[in-house]
Amino acid sequence: MPDGVTSRPVIAMDKIKGLKCRECGKLYRPDPLHVCEFCFGPLEVDYDYDAIAARISRETIAAGPKSLWRYIDLLPVEKEATVGLHGGFTPMIRAHRLGQALGLDELYLKNDTVNHPTLSFKDRVVAVALTRAREFGFDTVACASTGNLANSVSAHAAQAGFRCFVFIPSDLESAKVLGNLIYHPTVVAVEGNYDDVNRLCSEIAGEYRWAFVNINIRPYYAEGSKTLAYETAEQLGWRAPDQVVVPIASGSLLTKIWKGLKEFERVGLISNVKTKVNGAQATGCSPVATAFSEGRDFIKPVKPKTLAKSLAIGNPADGYYALKTARETGGVIASVTDDEIVAGIHLLAKTEGVFAETAGGVTVGVLKKLVEQGAIGRRDVTVAYITGNGLKTQEAVAGTLGEAIYIEPSLEKFQRRFRLKET
Amino acid sequence: MAVIVRIPSPLRKLTGGASEIEAKADSIGGLISTLDSTYPGMRERLCDETGSVRRFVNIYVNDEDIRFLTNQNTPLKDGDQVSIVPAIAGGRI
Repeated sequence: MPDGVTSRPVIAMDKIKGLKCRECGKLYRPDPLHVCEFCFGPLEVDYDYDAIAARISRETIAAGPKSLWRYIDLLPVEKEATVGLHGGFTPMIRAHRLGQALGLDELYLKNDTVNHPTLSFKDRVVAVALTRAREFGFDTVACASTGNLANSVSAHAAQAGFRCFVFIPSDLESAKVLGNLIYHPTVVAVEGNYDDVNRLCSEIAGEYRWAFVNINIRPYYAEGSKTLAYETAEQLGWRAPDQVVVPIASGSLLTKIWKGLKEFERVGLISNVKTKVNGAQATGCSPVATAFSEGRDFIKPVKPKTLAKSLAIGNPADGYYALKTARETGGVIASVTDDEIVAGIHLLAKTEGVFAETAGGVTVGVLKKLVEQGAIGRRDVTVAYITGNGLKTQEAVAGTLGEAIYIEPSLEKFQRRFRLKET
Repeated sequence: MAVIVRIPSPLRKLTGGASEIEAKADSIGGLISTLDSTYPGMRERLCDETGSVRRFVNIYVNDEDIRFLTNQNTPLKDGDQVSIVPAIAGGRI
């Protein structure tokens, strides 16, 4: 790590105690670090929950901004939010029609397709990562991305005035490439899949003093996903759902949703958290679902081959913890084929008016499957996480849609064409 | 039986900076013991208190993860290439 970054005095704030290795428990200062130097386990932020519980309440949260920052007491920043002030607090939709189609009485969609500013849940993690990066004094931010993260880092960096490098696989959907370029970062399209991009970025991160949001800033960045769980509990009227269905790419989102629910319980905001945490993968990239069904506790990396490019991580960094979370909570990790993904996108759009990207199709497809298998019961209060917007992955549904009907601007032509009964 | 072992940079402090070493062993378990006697401290970096290889340490024999072979019983033969790779550094397929 470059000088000047690690030489800060040990923490002035009281909510963050430091970083802690998830494997061996070794403690570190809250610096831009992500791997335990002793056992190579991942580092995670270690909070003083008693201090947080003493000052947080439903009232303090409700009085906060209508953004993810209303939960700042549980986020790993030292001072106030400075980047991504309008992210989060997305709609929680009571999905009557989709619920009816699937056989669920109380289904909700957490709709991050309309997150600000780049229409995916990544606006949460990037707001936290770049606020923290600024506290560390970085002037350059970067990421390895399957698309949505790069879009979000590019937009937030533009707004906050960081120099920005984003690294993406060379075969991304065109809207996700354009969705970077418009913000004028340096876009590096790497010939290879996400795992190749990630490996390259790990090497680059060792050479430059940059804030790589999902590498050296990862312990802070990943915490932003907890806000999906906080919002879930608050928007359900301060209770935890019975079941959640979460898409899995690296596995981080799933583990952080569970962590967020447990933290709310720990600091006394909700009680009796018995949520079953279910995971959703595409069959063409399902290393975690495969390990789940084979009863293994280690992940065999795969080479991704799926329409769901946003989830195409063959060697998921948090796969082990996602597996552990699903098993410990009584959840299931399942996968769906590309055809089922497309069917899921259509079903969601035509029942709820929400156009999700491929990851949303994966989530809806797996939700359907779990209801059919009986893993999710009719009366279970269920939340499905719709994490990205369909306008970014239009290629996925091309060729599966009807066509517009072209007519001349005449009432007679219209009536002759449609022969609708008059009302 | 001599095998070639690739050492990742975080462990090179133990090997005096060497990134590749030659060692004699007939299994991965034997290799870890050999490495630990030549480079004291190596075992605790690679294995947890139960003796299992740490979760975020990957060991490959000729590009195959030992978890998909027979873990520490995985046999070694002359000329095998063994790589030790911290998982979070990006892993590999």
